[in-house]
Amino acid sequence: MTYTERLRNVSVLGAGGKMGSGIVLLTALEMCDLSQKAENRAQPFVLQAIDISHAALAGLMPYLQVQIQKVAEKNIVRLRQVYQDREDLIENSDIITQYIADVLNIVRPTTALEAAYESTMIFEAIVENIAVKTKVLSQINTNNLNSPWFFSNTSAIPIHELDEKAGLGGRILGFHFYNPPAVQKLVELISAKTTQSELLDFAGSYAKNLRKTMVPANDFAGFIGNGHFMRDFLYATSEIERLQAKATFAEAVYMINRVSQDFLLRPMGIFQLCDYVGLDVCQLILRVMSPYFSGENLHSPLLDELIAQGVRGGQFPDGSQKDGFFKYEKNRPSAIYDPKQKGYLSLADLQSRCDDSLGPLPTVFQPWKAVIALAAKDTFLQSYFSELQPLNTLGAQLAKAYGLRSREIGLQLLSQGVAQKENDVNAVLTTGFYHAYGPINNYFSEVSK
Amino acid sequence: MKKMRRKVFMTAGYNTISMGTGRKEFHPKKARPGLEEYIKEAGQGTLKMIGGAQAVDEGVIGNFMAARFNHQGNLAALIPTIDEGLRWKSCTRVEGACASGGLALLNGIKSVLAETAEVALTIGVEVQNTVKAVYGADILAGAGWYRGERKTGHAFFFPAKFSDRAGVYFEKFGRERTRRALARWYRNAIENARLCPSAQEYHNKSLDLEALAMSEPNPRSFVEHLNFYDCSKVSDGAAAIAIVSESGLKRIGCSTKEAVEVLGWAQVQADLTVPITEAFRLETTERAVQQALKMAGITSADLGTVEGHDCFTIAGIMSLEAIGLCKPGEGPDFVLAGNTSRQGSTPFNTSGGLIGWGHPTGATGVHQAVTIWEQLTGKAGDWKIDIASKRPYGLSVNMGGNDKTLVAIVYRQGQ
Repeated sequence: MTYTERLRNVSVLGAGGKMGSGIVLLTALEMCDLSQKAENRAQPFVLQAIDISHAALAGLMPYLQVQIQKVAEKNIVRLRQVYQDREDLIENSDIITQYIADVLNIVRPTTALEAAYESTMIFEAIVENIAVKTKVLSQINTNNLNSPWFFSNTSAIPIHELDEKAGLGGRILGFHFYNPPAVQKLVELISAKTTQSELLDFAGSYAKNLRKTMVPANDFAGFIGNGHFMRDFLYATSEIERLQAKATFAEAVYMINRVSQDFLLRPMGIFQLCDYVGLDVCQLILRVMSPYFSGENLHSPLLDELIAQGVRGGQFPDGSQKDGFFKYEKNRPSAIYDPKQKGYLSLADLQSRCDDSLGPLPTVFQPWKAVIALAAKDTFLQSYFSELQPLNTLGAQLAKAYGLRSREIGLQLLSQGVAQKENDVNAVLTTGFYHAYGPINNYFSEVSK
Repeated sequence: MKKMRRKVFMTAGYNTISMGTGRKEFHPKKARPGLEEYIKEAGQGTLKMIGGAQAVDEGVIGNFMAARFNHQGNLAALIPTIDEGLRWKSCTRVEGACASGGLALLNGIKSVLAETAEVALTIGVEVQNTVKAVYGADILAGAGWYRGERKTGHAFFFPAKFSDRAGVYFEKFGRERTRRALARWYRNAIENARLCPSAQEYHNKSLDLEALAMSEPNPRSFVEHLNFYDCSKVSDGAAAIAIVSESGLKRIGCSTKEAVEVLGWAQVQADLTVPITEAFRLETTERAVQQALKMAGITSADLGTVEGHDCFTIAGIMSLEAIGLCKPGEGPDFVLAGNTSRQGSTPFNTSGGLIGWGHPTGATGVHQAVTIWEQLTGKAGDWKIDIASKRPYGLSVNMGGNDKTLVAIVYRQGQ
């Protein structure tokens, strides 16, 4: 079966979710491009967008509409060529409207899992629960006579387990998009030992056509991205506890969040990132990872406590941020949740006090957005961290310790065999998490000397 | 040769800000002034200098595509919104693509010549930031021949038309030198705009302008021979000026020194459906300018300043040759030698031109006249240049479409 034949009938499971909807978008765009080639025009291309929630599917179509329009506007020069034989399509607006219709025409939203029985390619982006995934994949595999391929978007569950438990015979691969798939360049590729090599070839072509950067990770729970993120997060929560000797909970959250963002030049602080991903999603990932790393405590009582109090984070369908560790106004943190008081405390009341405690940033500081745009980024980072090194302020001490721990986690991923190369760890953190530099660096080891 | 049967002057020019990307106040998702506000601001700006609406006999407004950008037609009926005193007076809207402003000027001039008006309030306006550039390109493509050209045309129709011209010019006269001249043209435009607070590029802080402008074009996302710096931006704005007779000047209490006299003018029309055969030259521009210079009784060597129609940098270079300031193929050398800079022999586009000040299409022709009036009467602000006493003449060249509709006007300070 060729690449094109494989993509003639595709199902996406969990299509209404934030990851699933992105996968539907990217795959439908790719299928539409294939369908417009002269040799494919007679063949229908079908993407079954499957979700258990009608409400989620209702949100999918407007999302697709908006995103396809953006893609069409950006690619208008090429699309005018694609539609050059259509005499009725004259203006850019005619062509964009037609392209949106053509892509949407491929997508069939449905709540019926049976729709996947005819597909040759299944993307799954459903809940991070091995039992649920196994059941669904197994059911499709049993009823589908095409021996379909399964691409799992799991960010944590070992692929070989899914393969064995669902009886897929090596027709499965981990293809982990980052959130949001339409924007993030990174895809983690995870193959089980049993994964058939044809799937890897296909994944290479598919990722290339989607203009994604594919980084291989070995088949260990959490892979590289969450392997780092979860441990980074757990370290941050342990720092909250330590800081609470001389600060309130809210003050500690604010300070660690600020250190992990401003002092370490990251796009967002660690607790804001947790809100972005969703506290409940983080809890699920930790639950999945925990049994595979028996020597480590991959559990966060703080997460459990907050979730039990209904603090969950995540995003609204329009992409705006739900409240989590922070309360958000216009997508910016405005208050911090205090589990003892079961409510949010205004940032304004503690911000300047905490900033005073942390002390100033190095004088050469530039915000993350400016740093990543620098042509001489490496030189800047060297001078920034050289200036941070001798500082004895609370902020600098927390940042140095945080940077060292992040490095340690990176090296641990290598020694545990999760990552194959240092560069792969750094690539995941710089392309998937948009860090200005990878965790395995010399900025903090030099500091430690 | 046509002769002016009576003297015609222009005075009391007013430009709004040219709004769009580059201006600090501009945010594509925030509410902005619309047609009504721009017309009102520009119109009132001029009325204030001429003693109010009672001095005005008629109004003319130039606009290209409000029907599509703003879903608004019948623009002449917006002139009375400037001042109640304009209600029940004769008002006209004219359209000639990007030369709409120039056509509005000519309408005013002709009214004064016909003695149907002693004072004509002349306005140009366009508000284009209502749609994204990809859809704006469709609307602006209306300046081309829709039935014959649009389907086969590029997504960015006009940038591609002038990119094609640039390609032919490169082929005929050499790319490297021309490319450097285009970059210099950009630099001159931005440096002039930085002196003029109403210019769209007034806030431009880029350091090495010529290096930026040397960026390689990317035909996959834009056009083959031009980059974004070679193109005028999408702009909102308006300009107004009073066109008056000698008795009109008395009526509004304006001395001849505070006005510019129109010494020559031409409006030349090419056939929209006939393809361009010599893409390396602007034939219609050439015809219009030569007619206007002839009518004024001067040559291009007498010009102290020019407002040229640099919708694209290549159009700026080619216009030098069309005006007769240099021979075909020598435009790049003329620019690289510094002749068109504000200290040069013939300063061009002293408030930034279309590239630097902005190009609110229907307003551009009027903005050009306002800039010439400011320079020749000493009313320009920081962007003022020295006008040599031996060459006291100004020229404005306003082009609609791909060198299809041309208005050229020659001015001198009133004596």
